[in-house]
Amino acid sequence: MGLELTSEEKMMLDGKHGKATRKAMEIITTLGEIYGAKRLIPVSSVQIAGVSYHNLGEAGLEYLKEMAEDGRTKVLTTLNPAGMDLEEWKKHGISEDFAKNQQRVVDIFEKMGVVTTCTCTPYLIGNLPHYGEHIAWAESSAVCFSNSVIGALTNREGGPSALASSLTGRTAEYGLHLQENRIAEVKYEVQSKLTKPYDFGLLGYVIGERTGRTIPYITGISKATTEDLKSFSASVATYGGVALFHMEGITPNRTTIPTKTELVTEDDLNRVRIQLDDKEVDIDFISIGCPHASIKEIGRIAEMLDGKKVADGKTVWITTAKPTKDIAMKMGYYDKIEKAGAFLVADACCAVAPLKGKFKGLMTDSAKACFYARGKNNFKTEIRTVEECIQEAIS
Amino acid sequence: MQGRIIFKGKVIGEALVTGDDISFYGGCDPETGEIVERGHHLEGKSISGKILVFPTGKGSTVGSYVLYALKKAGKAPLALINKTTDPVVAVGCIISEIPAVDQIDISKIKTGQKVEVDAENGVVSVIE
Repeated sequence: MGLELTSEEKMMLDGKHGKATRKAMEIITTLGEIYGAKRLIPVSSVQIAGVSYHNLGEAGLEYLKEMAEDGRTKVLTTLNPAGMDLEEWKKHGISEDFAKNQQRVVDIFEKMGVVTTCTCTPYLIGNLPHYGEHIAWAESSAVCFSNSVIGALTNREGGPSALASSLTGRTAEYGLHLQENRIAEVKYEVQSKLTKPYDFGLLGYVIGERTGRTIPYITGISKATTEDLKSFSASVATYGGVALFHMEGITPNRTTIPTKTELVTEDDLNRVRIQLDDKEVDIDFISIGCPHASIKEIGRIAEMLDGKKVADGKTVWITTAKPTKDIAMKMGYYDKIEKAGAFLVADACCAVAPLKGKFKGLMTDSAKACFYARGKNNFKTEIRTVEECIQEAIS
Repeated sequence: MQGRIIFKGKVIGEALVTGDDISFYGGCDPETGEIVERGHHLEGKSISGKILVFPTGKGSTVGSYVLYALKKAGKAPLALINKTTDPVVAVGCIISEIPAVDQIDISKIKTGQKVEVDAENGVVSVIE
């Protein structure tokens, strides 16, 4: 057996720190053995996925309940989006029944000491690791952002394994925790000018689809905002299996530059744009905030909606994290958005809320949102810039 | 056959063998144990109470919770044998306490055979 444990880790595995810690240690050591890890390493931050009752179901909830009997977090731990805004769910048309069950899930996490923020962008609201820090995150877009843009080190965890790291403060040292596995493998030369998160989402689709799980080194981009990189991370992780990318002049990780080069042209971006546009779509749902909108994005949307009215028969969700919604309230953005008849929805998003059957056609600026709207909710989709989405909402 | 222990336990049961990978999330009914993935080799068959033999898992990480749901519903497979266990299935076995062994040459096992899975020692034997 290649995996060596410290005496404290052995005690955890032997059940000396309680039942949940033992189960968590079994998960971590087994994964470590499967992937040939030599040791466990401490992690300082965890992000847990599998929060929406819609995905988790009663069985998942049962498991969490069992873990919560004596399991407590050892490091800062935040949560992925839930299936609803934990406060304003009623006005968004969520059923009493669903709300009750969703609250049960959140309460169980809280009992374990998890900070129940419910966002896919923990790095925007206080779970912000630094360069070189080892962490254990689930949520593919956040994994990609933290590895690539921040330069923290994490594998792509699932819900149970991320929870296991939270309860033990450990993960097995394999995969992206090792420097030798973080080297770029294919170079992508981008020959198209990108100006908006929307463009970066399309680029993520093109590169994700081509690169699969191989690590891309991207050139030709002179400038990118946090919002652009958030959009790119979500898209490249959804359409490929990418957990780490390098972007020349923008991301901080060291790597050798691959010689194998592929071009990404304007035509490539147009091709995926057409793929994400269904034919004869009746747009009755407009959603922005996948991944969760930043305060900067919300501010701009509030300006666009100021004094306007959302058209009859259309529903607008701007999804974000609760702390960001609080700032939006303080700044008057919330009032402008809600007075126009749109919703500023915290804690949830259009991919994990129970929306199946409620709408026919989604317009969004997010390539990732299109993927889940089609696959899980059977919506038709159109992808447009934020400006075009808001125009559609009020026309 | 000597393999690697994924989760401990020792059981004897009837093998259900497939060469297709299995996605438990979306591919297996969590209440009945029936394989529902369209076009899957085991489509329409129940994995409940069987020694389930397949190459590896695929699909979403929520798959771990499906194995847990099967266990809670009394519909879980008796044990799993894989060529290579993927992390989603491994985590599913651990949280559901389903004995599992991998690194086994699964072509040596046929559906309907009586098989012993000794996941205390990582040994799989075809009894008859």
